[in-house]
Amino acid sequence: MAADLPTPNANASPPPAASAACGTCVFNHAAQLRALGVDVSGHDHVVALAGNPNTGKSTVFNALTGLRQHVGNWPGKTVTGAEGGFGYRRRRYKLVDLPGTYSLLSDSQDEDVARDFLLFGQPDVTVVVVDATRLQRNLNLVLQILQITGRVVVALNLIDEAHRHGLSLDQRHLARELGVPVVPMAARSRRGLDALLEAIEQVALGTVATRARRVHHGDARTERAVRELAAQLLREYPGLANTRWIALRLLEGDPGIERAVTDGTLDRLSSPTPHAVSSETPGT
Amino acid sequence: MRNVHKGSPAGASTATTLDRLRRGQIATVTAVDIHGPQRRRLMDLGVLPGSRIHIDRVSPLGDPTAYLVRGSVIALRREQARGIHITVEQE
Ligand SMILES: Nc1nc2c(ncn2[C@@H]2O[C@H](COP(=O)(O)OP(=O)(O)O)[C@@H](O)[C@H]2O)c(=O)[nH]1
Ligand SMILES: [Mg+2]
Repeated sequence: MAADLPTPNANASPPPAASAACGTCVFNHAAQLRALGVDVSGHDHVVALAGNPNTGKSTVFNALTGLRQHVGNWPGKTVTGAEGGFGYRRRRYKLVDLPGTYSLLSDSQDEDVARDFLLFGQPDVTVVVVDATRLQRNLNLVLQILQITGRVVVALNLIDEAHRHGLSLDQRHLARELGVPVVPMAARSRRGLDALLEAIEQVALGTVATRARRVHHGDARTERAVRELAAQLLREYPGLANTRWIALRLLEGDPGIERAVTDGTLDRLSSPTPHAVSSETPGT
Repeated sequence: MRNVHKGSPAGASTATTLDRLRRGQIATVTAVDIHGPQRRRLMDLGVLPGSRIHIDRVSPLGDPTAYLVRGSVIALRREQARGIHITVEQE
């Protein structure tokens, strides 16, 4: 699938208008957004910001919360997620800016923080901020996250850069392929913020049905082993979400997930929490 | 990896490893003969069978080399590049 998507060299046609969402109506919903700074009290929903390094996560975070998380490339970046609040329409949201990561499968500290939050923090909505000029690389993480949660909005950021490079992006096609909303945006100039807020609200409230694209391994023996182990996990930890994904990691010998089993993390998670609602495609 | 192609299909391309790729040549990755976390890392960055790859630039000392793969640049040390099997397309 990724091969069909545009890459910086693959498409030289001039860009169309970004989208109806970020053309003339840039500030339409500005009155509905309330930046709440560090105040996350009484939030109705938790929203995580994930993505590769340098895709504009902190820029989005700042635009929504009014805070000043460091923007730009720096060594020794945020290791734990910064938190802030915003209000949109009648609800309050807690926003968590996760460390940039290329993967949820490597055993590095940044990736563990992002992964543990997505897997065990169970945010209501995960916004994956992707670099529209490096879509192929970025989609790796998007697909990995879609294996964990279907409650995802893809923020197709740096769309201004993409257009400058002569790239046009078919976000509708992408949304269809991924099974979740895709919002083109240029966070630095606050373009597309309104559409992002709208999509976050819809996924948070469940007013839009997502059908996250799931990856299958096509190997009967692997699939059988995964199924057996997943069933065993569910017996051991009733109510545990993502047993299939956890089973795959255990079969891979993933040290972070083995730790979660031995240190009791999985045990704690197996009692359902109000935030554990899942909209994943069943039976995959 | 499952599909390790060692021969060159119909003589149209040459099988070798990435460290032997020259500037201006374009290659396709056929196998990643590296194990453990580094393998995972490479695949997460887009180096996997089927990816097209070429040299973007070489550092002043000749090592590491920056490669362009799937629209992004990554830097690899020579010993890493040696573990990446490729077929070079004809110039
Ligand atoms: N051109 C452009 N630059 C952006 C946009 N969003 C963020 N940036 C820039 O991209 C760089 C990385 O942004 P940052 O928010 O720190 O990314 P993070 O590492 O994902 O948190 C900064 O220099 C931002 O100013 C955008 O929509 N368009
Ligand atoms: Mg940041």
